[in-house]
Amino acid sequence: MPTKSVETRDEPGGRSDTRRPSGATRSRGGAGTARRAAGWARRAPLLPALVFLVVVTQLPFVATVVISFTRWNALAPDNKGFAALDNYKAVFTDPAMRSAIWTTVLLTVTVVLVSLVLGLGLALLLDRRFWGRGVVRTMLITPFLVVPVAAALLWKHALYNASYGLINGTLTWVWKLFGSADPPQPDWMTASPLAAVEVSLIWQWTPFMMLILLAGLQSRPADAVEAARVDGASAFDVFRYLTLPHLRRYLELAALLGTVYVVQNFDAVFTITSGGLGTANLPYTIYQTFYQAHDYGRASAQGVVVVVCSLLVATFALRTVSSLLREEVTR
Amino acid sequence: MSASTVRGVAPAERRRRRTGSLLGLAAWLCGIAFFLPVAWMVLTSFHSETDAAANPPSVGAGLTLHGYREFFGAGTGISPWPPLINSLTASVASTLLVLALAVPAAYALSIKPVRKWSDVLFFFLSTKMLPLVAGLLPVYLIAQNTRMLDSIWLLVILYTSMNLPIAVWMMRSFLAEVPVEMLEAASIDGAGLPTTLVRIVAPVALPGIAATALISFIFSWNELLFARVLTGIVAGTSPVFLTGFVTSQGLFLAKVCAAATVISLPVLAAGFAAQDKLVQGLSLGAVK
Repeated sequence: MPTKSVETRDEPGGRSDTRRPSGATRSRGGAGTARRAAGWARRAPLLPALVFLVVVTQLPFVATVVISFTRWNALAPDNKGFAALDNYKAVFTDPAMRSAIWTTVLLTVTVVLVSLVLGLGLALLLDRRFWGRGVVRTMLITPFLVVPVAAALLWKHALYNASYGLINGTLTWVWKLFGSADPPQPDWMTASPLAAVEVSLIWQWTPFMMLILLAGLQSRPADAVEAARVDGASAFDVFRYLTLPHLRRYLELAALLGTVYVVQNFDAVFTITSGGLGTANLPYTIYQTFYQAHDYGRASAQGVVVVVCSLLVATFALRTVSSLLREEVTR
Repeated sequence: MSASTVRGVAPAERRRRRTGSLLGLAAWLCGIAFFLPVAWMVLTSFHSETDAAANPPSVGAGLTLHGYREFFGAGTGISPWPPLINSLTASVASTLLVLALAVPAAYALSIKPVRKWSDVLFFFLSTKMLPLVAGLLPVYLIAQNTRMLDSIWLLVILYTSMNLPIAVWMMRSFLAEVPVEMLEAASIDGAGLPTTLVRIVAPVALPGIAATALISFIFSWNELLFARVLTGIVAGTSPVFLTGFVTSQGLFLAKVCAAATVISLPVLAAGFAAQDKLVQGLSLGAVK
């Protein structure tokens, strides 16, 4: 597990330090058993959650690793056996898998970056007082609260659809306004399938980014901004030298959490394009290998590859969070 | 102050006001743009199928409950209640289980912390970073062998594991707010554990529990992949039901919009009711 690679060397200061002396004095009087008992009393409330999580999330991965070395297709149950590295060879030479990795990276980076920038813009707009701010905030949050499958269906059928979607409908309406009977009616989902998926995800994730960044903006010390204004700093200078440095942590946090969820996205890819036209990302590809091709061995090998990739990303991401946590602890 | 500077301030102030109202207008336009697809979904759900499929869009067409009647099984006789109740069962049961496991764990990570508590905390988070899909096959095989396939309780267990890491992080950040001095004062005054929990910890923890429950409920309600692979006709949840609602024949836009609206309603209601809690929840409690 990636926890090892994260620097947690310093026993966090603050609260635990203030308590340790009293615990230490108590146990010095008694025997080692008393100290052990106290330790277990502290650990006891933690154990149910820890055991549950290890059993439900870690053991299946162990099984995945084992299955990845077997030749096992549910459609050919007699032909089952040890496959050594065959599944991995198949995974690494499979062009579909390579394109799935590329699609996942492209999808995640595009969605996270664009919604981060849009979210920042919206958060800056909402950080000011204006008439109806509460209503606008509620309207902006709404996309995030639509069930993902429902959102994907909405975009696919009610907006993108070439013959009766709202986008082409609006084009028809505008062209009619200018007396033209021949409006362009592009088929958005076949013309740019990946962009179609990305736009729907950006629509859902921008509010999330906005919420976190808005909380960041509102925790910005007001007197510093006021002082800078009095000293004649322009709005841009205030943003560049005060707001942005203050927001850094919040930007990192929003990007990290967005990445965790968008990398694993299944709903939008499954619903809007069914993974066709080069939009199959890793979760969808594994789902297909396992659920449609019934190739258990290869699906497991794909899973292991994805886990290893995620661990690399996660190690980096956890470092970011650990810096956030350390700041909180030393505060 | 001389008269010239006073006169100089006035146009600047006016300019500032004008940019202010322009930015307010921009915010309104953005809000409307983001809200528009949802508004269109709700409006279409009240249109007849022919109006819904009109091009150019028939915004002012007459309203009807036809789409909703179809969703509730008027045409096909398939009731949406079993999947809705399945979703509710899975979400509520897993949320309760999450709280039962996460609150004591958070207590052991903040109020009376175990040694190396931050390592434990990061272990929780790291499980969240691993794609769930990689563990799907073994879960499926185990479920198949223990006859747990198509059982709502399997989903309850999986959703609990899915939300537990976030819940522990959130609850810990709330419990870390409990003032140390008050805990010490209580122990000096000879207050027992129950008294301390009720008098000092609970007032801080209850809003945190509400936020954690909300997030856990929303993520469980939304989940599609596990529900699709591991359930069938008996335990299928609302998102699975929704994907099966698109037909290849005939017009279906109005009833799909009606279905999407009904199924999103619980999440929308919960989210609107607790907008501020949502931020705290989604940021694992790092943003207050």
